[in-house]
Amino acid sequence: MNGATLASLRPDLALIAGHVRPGARVLDIGCGDGTLLAALEAERGCDARGLEIDPANVAHCVARGLSVIQGDADTDLGYYPDKSFDYAILSQTLQTTRRPDLALGELLRIAAHGFVSFPNFAHWRVRASLAFGGRMPVTKLLPERWYDTPNIHHLTIDDFRALVKEQGWTIEGQWFLNRGRPTRPANANLWAEHAVFLLRGG
Amino acid sequence: MEASAPTNDGLFGLNRRTILPEPLMLDGGTVLDQVEIAYETYGTLNADRSNAVLVCHATSGDQFVASRHPITGKPGWWSRSVGPGKPIDTDRHFVVCANVLGSCMGTTGPASLASDSQPYALRFPVITIRDMVRAQMGLLDLLGIERLHAVVGGSMGGMQALSLAAFWPGRVDRVMVIAATAAMPAQNIAFQEVGRQAIMADPNWQGGNYYGTGAAPDAGLAVARMAAHITYLSEESMHEKFGRRLQDRASKTFGFDADFQVESYLRHQGASFTGRFDANSYLYITKAMSYFDLTEEHGGRLADVFAGTKSRFCLVSFDSDWLYPTRESRKIAHALNAAGAPVSFVELSAPYGHDSFLLDVPELDRVIAGFVG
Repeated sequence: MNGATLASLRPDLALIAGHVRPGARVLDIGCGDGTLLAALEAERGCDARGLEIDPANVAHCVARGLSVIQGDADTDLGYYPDKSFDYAILSQTLQTTRRPDLALGELLRIAAHGFVSFPNFAHWRVRASLAFGGRMPVTKLLPERWYDTPNIHHLTIDDFRALVKEQGWTIEGQWFLNRGRPTRPANANLWAEHAVFLLRGG
Repeated sequence: MEASAPTNDGLFGLNRRTILPEPLMLDGGTVLDQVEIAYETYGTLNADRSNAVLVCHATSGDQFVASRHPITGKPGWWSRSVGPGKPIDTDRHFVVCANVLGSCMGTTGPASLASDSQPYALRFPVITIRDMVRAQMGLLDLLGIERLHAVVGGSMGGMQALSLAAFWPGRVDRVMVIAATAAMPAQNIAFQEVGRQAIMADPNWQGGNYYGTGAAPDAGLAVARMAAHITYLSEESMHEKFGRRLQDRASKTFGFDADFQVESYLRHQGASFTGRFDANSYLYITKAMSYFDLTEEHGGRLADVFAGTKSRFCLVSFDSDWLYPTRESRKIAHALNAAGAPVSFVELSAPYGHDSFLLDVPELDRVIAGFVG
């Protein structure tokens, strides 16, 4: 009924969906229009739930038969008991939270594993734009201008790794994307537009 | 059970009445016998009796959810949401809507005759929301509906839906709760007490024994309705609708006439309500709502109320509703999540206050249609 297949998903979502254990309990934080949720239910047989801040998106999800709660990743994860889920997913949302470190901490408290995907601010194109243009970069992956972007905490792959280390979390998997295609992990901080990490709490 | 459609056609259709074969054991400890239920059904019950949707009405609502009201002549109170091709589609679903216990549109209430052929008046037992659901479960038994496809209700109807899901968990698949609460907040109890006191302060109330005296506490009931009606609107919608505009006059009268449009509107709401509602019913129904607290038997833990539930839930609130604000629905959503139940929750933006669930909110239509399926 939802018409979602893994192949039609955004590359980072397809990557995540492909690595979620079938039948798992999953919370997608910032689930948008529910594309990933629908695919997880239809293709992986998951018990998939969503948290989404935009009421129009939530209404859309409910109309698709998905279980989605309207709420804010910054404040509402506290309502969930420890390890309520096998996986919690934060796709393209980390950089929009007020306190990414706290949001990640909550993510790894309420779920055994956490998938996190984010645009890499240290990609060479972004670096070049800043270095030579002298302006905040506007790229395909970061299309908003500095004053209207929801991305209030830009980060790089190396920043992320440093935070993970500092917090004592474990990286269980990492994937890198460039123009929607997988790219080598070597020098990912320079060459990858986009990163997906699978984490476990301390 | 036979695999065909209903055998007793008299039980199905508009404007039905039936007497429950079993007495109702009420929460207050009394037993009510010969309970009559006035109800309507829409659509056709399918062969495996799996397409039934119970719609629960609000405080002053009735069974005429999608058919013309016999007294006011107005379209059914939720005809925008229930009917052929509507969000609750009667082409596919079999919809049941019953007048609640204690009300006055045909279901047994304080105006009904007791076994001594006199109206119950205040001899009618104080009832609860769960008692209202109990009566509806009795009706479903009669109709041969073991398990509902869905129960849907707004305001007091939402409380009935929650109560049904909590205490008859095996009888419903999908539970839709709109602009409601799991426990009546103090502010709402306060407003309801104002309404009850207005009725009881009217000398025509006569200790509740006004039936057949030629006088009824219409003034008190009208004031109760006026006060309640204010709580159903939002400041914004009232300002939009009336502002400080005067009613059919160019200037203030320096008297106590209804100078302002808002005064005139409220007086009209109060007066027209007395023509279709019984004052004692208003006392009983609002008291049932004041008593409503799902967590009472679970030490205040809402998640425990729904532990092990197999139903799916959908909760909706409105941003302009200050009577049953979003936090009430959010509380329920998080409790259901903690209980592991599939649950959706959305706060919709609508300007009309608590009454939004009855009015033109297209987003609500989509959510209802999507959830009920």
